[in-house]
Amino acid sequence: MSDFLFARSLMAMSLAFHIVFAALGIGMPLLMVLAEGAWLRTRQPVYLELSQRWANGTAILFAVGAVTGTVLSFELGLLWPGFMAQAGPIIGMPFSLEGFAFFTEAIFIGVYLYGRNRLSPLLHWLAGVVVAVSGIFSGIFVVTANAWMNAPAGFILLDGRFTAIDPIAAMLNPASLHEVLHMILASFVATGFAVAAVHAFFLRRNPTSLFHGRALGLALAMACISIPLQIASGDLSARAVGRLQPAKLAAMEAHYRTQAGAPLLLGGIPNDATRTTDYALRIPGGLSLLLNGRPDSTVIGLEEFPRSDWPNVRIVHGAFDLMVLSGFAMLTVAGWSGWIWWRRRRLADHPSLLRAVVIAGPLGFVAIEAGWVVTEVGRQPWIIYNVMRTADAVTPMPGIAVPFVAFTVLYVVLAFVVVTLLRRQFLETDASNTPSSPA
Amino acid sequence: MLPQVVAVSLLLSLILYALMGGADFGGGMWDLLAVGPRAARQRELISKAIAPIWEANHVWLILAVVVLFTGFPAGFAAMMTALFIPVMLMVIGIVLRGSAFIFRNYDSRAGAGPHRWGTAFGMASFLTPFFQGVILGAMATGRIRVADSHVTTGYLAGWLTPFALACGAFALGLFAFLAATYLTLDAKEQPELQDDFRRRAIGSGLALGPVAGVVFLTARQGAPLLFQGLTNWWAPWLLGATSLCAVGAFGALWWRRFAVARVAAVGQVTLILAGWSLAQYPNLITPDVTVASAAAPDATLRLLVVALAAGAVILLPSLFFLFRLFKGGERR
Ligand code: HDD
Ligand code: HEM
Ligand code: HEM
Repeated sequence: MSDFLFARSLMAMSLAFHIVFAALGIGMPLLMVLAEGAWLRTRQPVYLELSQRWANGTAILFAVGAVTGTVLSFELGLLWPGFMAQAGPIIGMPFSLEGFAFFTEAIFIGVYLYGRNRLSPLLHWLAGVVVAVSGIFSGIFVVTANAWMNAPAGFILLDGRFTAIDPIAAMLNPASLHEVLHMILASFVATGFAVAAVHAFFLRRNPTSLFHGRALGLALAMACISIPLQIASGDLSARAVGRLQPAKLAAMEAHYRTQAGAPLLLGGIPNDATRTTDYALRIPGGLSLLLNGRPDSTVIGLEEFPRSDWPNVRIVHGAFDLMVLSGFAMLTVAGWSGWIWWRRRRLADHPSLLRAVVIAGPLGFVAIEAGWVVTEVGRQPWIIYNVMRTADAVTPMPGIAVPFVAFTVLYVVLAFVVVTLLRRQFLETDASNTPSSPA
Repeated sequence: MLPQVVAVSLLLSLILYALMGGADFGGGMWDLLAVGPRAARQRELISKAIAPIWEANHVWLILAVVVLFTGFPAGFAAMMTALFIPVMLMVIGIVLRGSAFIFRNYDSRAGAGPHRWGTAFGMASFLTPFFQGVILGAMATGRIRVADSHVTTGYLAGWLTPFALACGAFALGLFAFLAATYLTLDAKEQPELQDDFRRRAIGSGLALGPVAGVVFLTARQGAPLLFQGLTNWWAPWLLGATSLCAVGAFGALWWRRFAVARVAAVGQVTLILAGWSLAQYPNLITPDVTVASAAAPDATLRLLVVALAAGAVILLPSLFFLFRLFKGGERR
């Protein structure tokens, strides 16, 4: 592999690792605050215990988020100095604001985790609210920076120089709204399903546990409310991408030829040489309908773009299908849970539903990873869409294989640390088990 | 004017990082060096002192990086290219230390072999500050050359010089001294521990003297422009004030006025960094990249200053609250 490919792989690996903790860093504080709020309202001890257990998990995840995020801040410059030299003044703004959001978050997570005995319950809960809100703001700011790479705005390009820079206009670029909305919802979906899965797992062993029952209820409620919204917002994203980055959209849909009444392709193996997609399921007129609301409208295909401007169609199409598939699978589970809840007002003693929730647990994160692959690989070969090529931004430093291997090892170690600690936390949760209710 | 304002805020966040994050690294060093019958209690004190605040302390570094790349993008790009290797090593140190800390601190099955992680934690606490010193030193050597926003001197220039390495050693000593001084206050209720850290503070403070001498001597050859800067009219005053702080810190430690010692140590570190940056000014990377030449356009800088000011209004009271809560004694 070339240094360039190693640099891209290192960036991709670091982001793919970080995003897991970032999403949990947005979703977990909300759960923790909901549980503690329920305690403040009802004074049922089980909610207090729940918020404490969740806070312990959040502490670990947050610390890993901080470490991996720091790596990213440096990697932006280490790997892409050409990009940062030009883009720094334009997207530095959201990163600076994000810096403040982190700061608030880090301060108040310290207060929240270690200040339980030093603050009144209400103040303590408010500290948790500040953590949750600033987590959401971190996500908003950093995603506007990414949106700018997809839909650059707020500058004028003169002889290869960025002039008339307007950082606010850059933050409010046309891709920000749909990306931010989709990412924040994704964090709630993924966190909700993952947490629900853990508690569903324990409920299968011990269906009467009040603790796990309440935990499942809260987490699943968050997941089930967000997932339909998430799919609606995905539709918004797809239309926006069709407008802003038609080549990316064509790659997502493996749509090679411009045509009226374009079919929607599900699955299949795109073949760049023949410009066809083999073995795909076709829904006639589907793509035209989804994008423009009319089944006979025309959709631009990849053939309109020079070959050198194509992203890797197989990866982008595969990742897109994976995201959509995960999304609909989760929607199904959510619908089923809602149905059961509506009929019986109880979920904890329904073994096959619990099994489905356990299986759906990782799907939110699968969709997040796949979604970022769509966004990032789909933007290639550009680092700033239609402005700067990724290959022109990379560091001249040779031997990037060395840090790539080093970080691979480090992340494996870190993943091991996280998994071990969380497992211990949860096993202990189970051992110390709270009063079981006969209900 | 604007670039200077941003440069000052960059310096401020570096100073605050040294005072807070630096001390946390120092704590890690003392963790590794904990000896004697009270070693376990020393470690416990250190981890208690660090746990609630380390994430907040760490963000000063992130803030400094972000201000650097927003305000001085050309400087950031050149620095990250020429100093790729030490910066990478520093980042690896941050990851290692973070993982070890997380494992040690959040392990619910305490005592189940945390020592191995403790060693990793301690060693990584040396790695990061050392390379931070090396990086700052390297930028002053004048060996890193930049033409037309491209680094022309490769990836080894500057940071392998005796001067830069001495700066690394100095950073280690400084953070160890700072941490030991703070820990005397954290050990308020445990007189033996307080004594342990008092001795460590005095010892590391004394060791810092010769290292500072080496930095100074190697600067003549190794960082001539910086050295010249130290002959300005303000230099003797600054040196005087720094020495006063140092002497004050020693005296206070000696006579067990630990709160005074902390103030003096803070003053000392602040003055050292301020003096270093005054001598370095107007260069960011001596001699080709200056504060003015690397600055972002005014539109960005103006917004950045506004954001920094607004952020400070939210941040400083919150930080004050955090420290009040955890450094102001137990309440219930
Ligand atoms: C729980 C996670 C999740 C789920 C269920 C979905 N997505 Fe998604 N998707 C993401 C998580 C995600 C993401 C990881 O958060 C991305 C990456 C960048 C972004 O803004 O969101 C993303 C990106 C992304 C993009 C690219 C946006 C861009 O490049 O600007 C499109 C077009 C969609 N999604 C569309 C969909 C559709 C039609 C879905 C219907 C099922 C869907 N997503 C479900
Ligand atoms: C603000 C947020 C983000 C920024 C500024 C950003 C920036 C970058 C940069 C500079 C690159 C290298 C150039 C390239 O190959 O395109 C990159 C690549 C990549 N990023 Fe992002 N990214 C962001 C979010 C994410 C996230 C959260 C993920 C999560 C998984 C991600 C996944 C990737 C992948 C997979 C690549 C490699 C692309 C390839 O191999 O072709 N990105 N991103
Ligand atoms: C190039 C891209 C990115 C950079 C440079 C970056 C940087 C960072 C840094 C430095 C931290 C640590 C803050 C602390 O110490 O508290 C962090 C944490 C965080 N990041 Fe990222 N980040 C990136 C991508 C993303 C993306 C795409 C999201 C989207 C949701 C995100 C959301 C968060 C959140 C919510 C946190 C705080 C919660 C936690 O630590 O778990 N980041 N990031």
